[in-house]
Amino acid sequence: MAPNRRRFLECMGWAGTGLVWSVSGGVASSTLLAPATAAAKAATPFSFVQVSDSHIGFAKDPNPDARATFREAVARIRALPQRPAFILHTGDVSHFSKPQEFDDADQILKEAGLPVFHVPGEHDVLDEGGGKAFLDRYGKDGPVPAQGDGWYSFDHSGVHFVGLVNVHDLKGGGQGHLGEAQLAWLRDDLAGRRSSTPIVVFTHIPMWALYPDWGWGTDDAAQALGLLARFGSVTVLNGHIHQVIHKVEGHVAFHTARSTAFPQPPPGGAASPGPLKVPAGQLHDMLGVRTLSLVRSNQPLAVVDATLA
Amino acid sequence: MLAACLTFTAAPVMAAPAPVTVKISNFTFAAPAITVAPGTTVTWINDDDIPHTVVADDKAFRSKVLDTGDRFAFTFTTAGRYGYFCSIHPHMTGVVVVKAP
Repeated sequence: MAPNRRRFLECMGWAGTGLVWSVSGGVASSTLLAPATAAAKAATPFSFVQVSDSHIGFAKDPNPDARATFREAVARIRALPQRPAFILHTGDVSHFSKPQEFDDADQILKEAGLPVFHVPGEHDVLDEGGGKAFLDRYGKDGPVPAQGDGWYSFDHSGVHFVGLVNVHDLKGGGQGHLGEAQLAWLRDDLAGRRSSTPIVVFTHIPMWALYPDWGWGTDDAAQALGLLARFGSVTVLNGHIHQVIHKVEGHVAFHTARSTAFPQPPPGGAASPGPLKVPAGQLHDMLGVRTLSLVRSNQPLAVVDATLA
Repeated sequence: MLAACLTFTAAPVMAAPAPVTVKISNFTFAAPAITVAPGTTVTWINDDDIPHTVVADDKAFRSKVLDTGDRFAFTFTTAGRYGYFCSIHPHMTGVVVVKAP
């Protein structure tokens, strides 16, 4: 079977609620070559949810109540026909890193009744300790113990999930940044894993040079992607830009997510990446949650983006 | 009278340099490069609808998080070149050059 080096996107739209994207990935050949071993570790069908940029504490145009829209997003999660296994929050949980904001976000997420895995956004590391508050709250007491500035990994149903932190120690004029310690950890974390293992990486700032003029990129992401190069199926989930943008590069599929608080302009579409002020009736069309499903181990994740409309 | 004049000239009173204000709006430091005399107090005011910070490259100063309307002031006493940026949005940069007039 010839290696399929060109990836493709298929999308079907249905009226009103969202789009289904199927992104190809996976190394079917290694499954065929060692079927017995592969079957023992085959991924079983499951789904999970990504939410992002809840910005609890934000109360300006176009959204006077970010808590309310976050609660609506969680209600959508509870109403999903297939119960997801867990929620990933890709950061900017809070707007000012205030304890009350984190408390309220946690309270709202509790309504989903699912485990939640967090990574911080730049709005989550504004405390005096430069991110210690977030780390104490979600890193030490999270479902998986965090390392360093808060990175960690876990496995679920044969899929390897990696939470990275790219909002610490940012330098003037720079972008998102992973740092040497985190990259060294990632190298060790991935070592020895079968290349057929589907990988999902989640971190706040986009892991490609989406729009550097607005800081929408991670300056050392290429090193991380190099470590991920041998894996047949890699899905990168990001937030930060408050809109959905997909990119496929080889066997890596990148998906940025909508916010549950406010939209932002498209790259270069405004003077600055501030909140996009839309009429109240339009706000819910531009906020949303994402469901990802793994149906079979050698198939890509199905990604469904739904708005709150 | 002469003694009073001598006392006056022996201890001249210098006026402090005029304070300078830098507005922050649209993810930009409105006056991204300024030159001031030593002793100048520079005040940054956040006019944007998103919080920002003002952080020196060399850690000489660091503001708290500035919401809309918040301000941060720093008095530059030593000559030099002070690059700074917003730690939340690091692509926002500015510089204060401090030199005697």
